[in-house]
Amino acid sequence: MPMAADDIAAMIRAAIPDADVQITDLAGDGDHYAAHVTAASFAGMSRVARTRAVYAALGGRMGGELHALQLTTAVPA
Amino acid sequence: MTDDTNARIDALVKDNAVLLFMKGTPLFPQCGFSSRAVAILNHLDVPFESVDVLQDQGIRHGIKAYSDWPTIPQLYVKGEFVGGSDIMMEMYESGELAELVQDVKTA
Repeated sequence: MPMAADDIAAMIRAAIPDADVQITDLAGDGDHYAAHVTAASFAGMSRVARTRAVYAALGGRMGGELHALQLTTAVPA
Repeated sequence: MTDDTNARIDALVKDNAVLLFMKGTPLFPQCGFSSRAVAILNHLDVPFESVDVLQDQGIRHGIKAYSDWPTIPQLYVKGEFVGGSDIMMEMYESGELAELVQDVKTA
């Protein structure tokens, strides 16, 4: 069952309150997304740690319901 | 994950300087993310080994626990987990990935 972009963004914001989440529906099929997550709280964290934090926010859906989510992270400039 | 699977993954990671866990093979990737990971390594012209997780269900599930990472592909360099295809792309674009594998290329 694919997830709606708004649900993905809401879950990330719930776990990482300072996150700015930009989601692009890559294929227009509600199943292939790119997410760019910017959060001041990512400062000092490795890329792997940031990605793990976002995956944790998605509560185990990554690799399951959410197969095709490109994910990039950043600290606000 | 069984201890046996864990030991097999551990040996693979330690025995190969650049190792990509992927779906399919470098010539015939079975997933867009794996294809992208292979393309990045090919662009860097770095020799690498790959493990097709579709051919080994033990490793397919075991690697996710081993790395604490839910998706495939996964890149290991010199025994260290680097990340998936998105992180590989970011590190490729920034030059960090080339730097990381530089001594593997010249070895």
